[in-house]
Amino acid sequence: MSLPVTHKIDSVALRNIVKRFPGVIASDHVNFDVKAGEIHALLGENGAGKTTLMRILYGLYQPDEGEILINGKPVAIRSPADSIQLGLGMIHQHFMLVPTLSVAANVALGLKSSRGLLLDLEVVSQRLRALSETYGLRVDPDAMVWQLAVGEQQRVEILKALYRGAALLILDEPTAVLTPQEVDELFVTLRRMAAEGHSLIFISHKLHEVLAISHRVTVLRNGRVVQTLNTAETSRKELARLMVGREVMLRVERPEVQFGAPRLVIKDLWVTGDKGLPAVRGTSLQIRSGEILGIAGVSGNGQRELAEAIAGLRKPTQGQILIDGMDVTGWRPEKLILNGLAYISEERFRDGVVKDLTVEENLMLEQHGHAPFARGIFLDFGRIASHTQEMIRDFEIKTPSRQTPLRNLSGGNIQKLILARELTRKPRVLIASQPTRGVDIGSTEYIHSRLVAQRAEQTATLLISEDLDEIRNLSDRIAVMYEGRIMGVLEREDASIEKLGLMMAGVSVESQESG
Amino acid sequence: MIADLFAANVIIGILTSGIRLATPYLYASIGETFGQLSGVLNLGVDGMMLMGAYAGFYVTFHTGNPWLGLLVAILVGALMGLAMAFISVTLKAEQGISGIGVYLFGLGMSDLLFQKTLGTVETVSGFAPLNIPLLSDIPVLGTVFFSHNILVYGAFLLVPVAWFILNKTTLGLKIKAVGQNPAAADALGVSVARVRYATVTLGGALAGLAGASLSIALLNVFQQNLTSGMGFIAVALVYFGGWTPTGVLLGSLLFSSVNALQLWVQILGIPIPSDFAVMMPYVLTILALIFAVRKVNQPASLSKVFERGEG
Repeated sequence: MSLPVTHKIDSVALRNIVKRFPGVIASDHVNFDVKAGEIHALLGENGAGKTTLMRILYGLYQPDEGEILINGKPVAIRSPADSIQLGLGMIHQHFMLVPTLSVAANVALGLKSSRGLLLDLEVVSQRLRALSETYGLRVDPDAMVWQLAVGEQQRVEILKALYRGAALLILDEPTAVLTPQEVDELFVTLRRMAAEGHSLIFISHKLHEVLAISHRVTVLRNGRVVQTLNTAETSRKELARLMVGREVMLRVERPEVQFGAPRLVIKDLWVTGDKGLPAVRGTSLQIRSGEILGIAGVSGNGQRELAEAIAGLRKPTQGQILIDGMDVTGWRPEKLILNGLAYISEERFRDGVVKDLTVEENLMLEQHGHAPFARGIFLDFGRIASHTQEMIRDFEIKTPSRQTPLRNLSGGNIQKLILARELTRKPRVLIASQPTRGVDIGSTEYIHSRLVAQRAEQTATLLISEDLDEIRNLSDRIAVMYEGRIMGVLEREDASIEKLGLMMAGVSVESQESG
Repeated sequence: MIADLFAANVIIGILTSGIRLATPYLYASIGETFGQLSGVLNLGVDGMMLMGAYAGFYVTFHTGNPWLGLLVAILVGALMGLAMAFISVTLKAEQGISGIGVYLFGLGMSDLLFQKTLGTVETVSGFAPLNIPLLSDIPVLGTVFFSHNILVYGAFLLVPVAWFILNKTTLGLKIKAVGQNPAAADALGVSVARVRYATVTLGGALAGLAGASLSIALLNVFQQNLTSGMGFIAVALVYFGGWTPTGVLLGSLLFSSVNALQLWVQILGIPIPSDFAVMMPYVLTILALIFAVRKVNQPASLSKVFERGEG
């Protein structure tokens, strides 16, 4: 292994960058710069063009126009190999790791070995240990990546870049997968790196994080730079307005409702995950009519399997699911739907809609086979047309027509379509998994207000989300799932970020109180 | 009758031919292992073997020099591997379908060339058995292990060599990374296309060599569809072997031993219909694939086209 060159980057600037994709301009004459020792946040909604811009800087995309300057000199970045050479590093939102290889092997990949054609993993491990110590990034170089927790995998990603002597680090939504405490740890590392003269670009759509970590912030909207501000001189409210383009309500109105009897009852549920191991381990929950129960927790702790078991997509190995006192354990989805279960899947395109069908067809997916939309084996197109037209209007779905292929709709409108389909059935129980992931703020506001409105309809809602703000804004009670178990259920008023964060890391409510 | 199978000379015979017959499977499936580990499923192995078998035979037949035949067979195989790489990596074609296309091309082309240049089934004197001094004199073991032709030894030697390349070199690391997560490799500046070109071309060269091992070392003849599906078995053996050279070795030996056994069943005239005997290895393959395959090691991007910047 050759010792990494310590690159000297005083400034990186993007000048008038333009990138067009079929039908959209992802980057529209964007100017952006970052200096040594600076943390510059790139803020914008999903689809605002943050990731595209950074992929251009990192050489994954080629810009149609514009240039990139490093230390004032124009550079050509044709591939990631070029950008690594120039001292750039990128931590992708979806980690770029090979799970079947060790940490050291992941770091060594693509590097020149000190032993020529032979691997020098021992040397890499040694240097990696030193590097971990310098930056406080604890990781075992010999561990296999698939065995590591998400937070550790992220440390491997950062180490990979540092090992290559990166002077500028691009972090694409690095906090999305972390618990609040892990976020704090990450921020400590980032500040230390900035203090040592690294430049950092921090991509996010979370206002409070941007305010907490950055020196400057550039707001992107629809591929354009709205404004670049000094973080110290701005506020959450101003940033939200710049990001969305209008005043935003940061909180939802929650009228008081009277809860009824338990509608959804889960007793000691065990569900097997994709890897053949139990993913849900003895979960018990009760949701009353009119109540929203939020489940917080880092993804991959059994939330998806729990939702799928309730929705009939996965057979529990043990335990019971009751809706209004009726045992529905192991029922087929169709039967569950007829009995008042609605499901908003986190895998929108896998379980929620069919991309190549039209808006109308997608709206009718669940009910097309039943009266009044079908007579025998024939569809009643008249009724279907009027019903879907109503849904499109009521749920403010922006689409050119009922016959438009679904794939032409934005993420937010697709999610509103799913909501329309599920809620017009007047469900008794609603499972909402990551209902606003990847959805613009406008649609998010709308979806939130709809979910809250279901409380007055006496629906029992199970809300699963990684977004703690969403959970805390909407839920009446909050449970945290960790390694397939419920770590405790808190009343809305008691659910502080600290308590939830500890529970997300596996510390139960009881041990928090006793400790 | 069945008891005849347990006579000492029969058992030695089965073991000896088991080891001999493993040769083409080993070359072909080790080559295929490289390709699959990097994410390319090459179903054209059998076609490449046939072209290699023909080319090796033709050159040996005319020059009398099996080494020259071997070289040409390897080159022809490599060329077909290169074509497969071009189709699946550069043109991004569906690998399963294009592999079958390559197979059919090899099957038809080798037969056409055979009809036009040879016309009838001829024989050559290919690689002669090479008794390893001292070792081949050991009773029983010497016959079973140390009196084969050089291509047999080469096939077995290839196993540790392949293991070493895959586990101890930077190239091996790149191959595995490209097969498991091409986007990660790409982001670190590894050229996914170059790695895949290299492995698939190598796989083709080894398939050509596998074909030649039949036509100028084991059988010393060429005829239409000489391999009769061996290349497909080789693909299956890669799954069976869990994408490791040692696993592939085990699979090849098991398969060739059962093959040898069924040959002896026929030779000894044991009253099992010969069709059933011939079926045995194939039935075994299916059973092995159902029960023995651990998908843990399966390259995550096997048979998936890589596009930069997706996802």
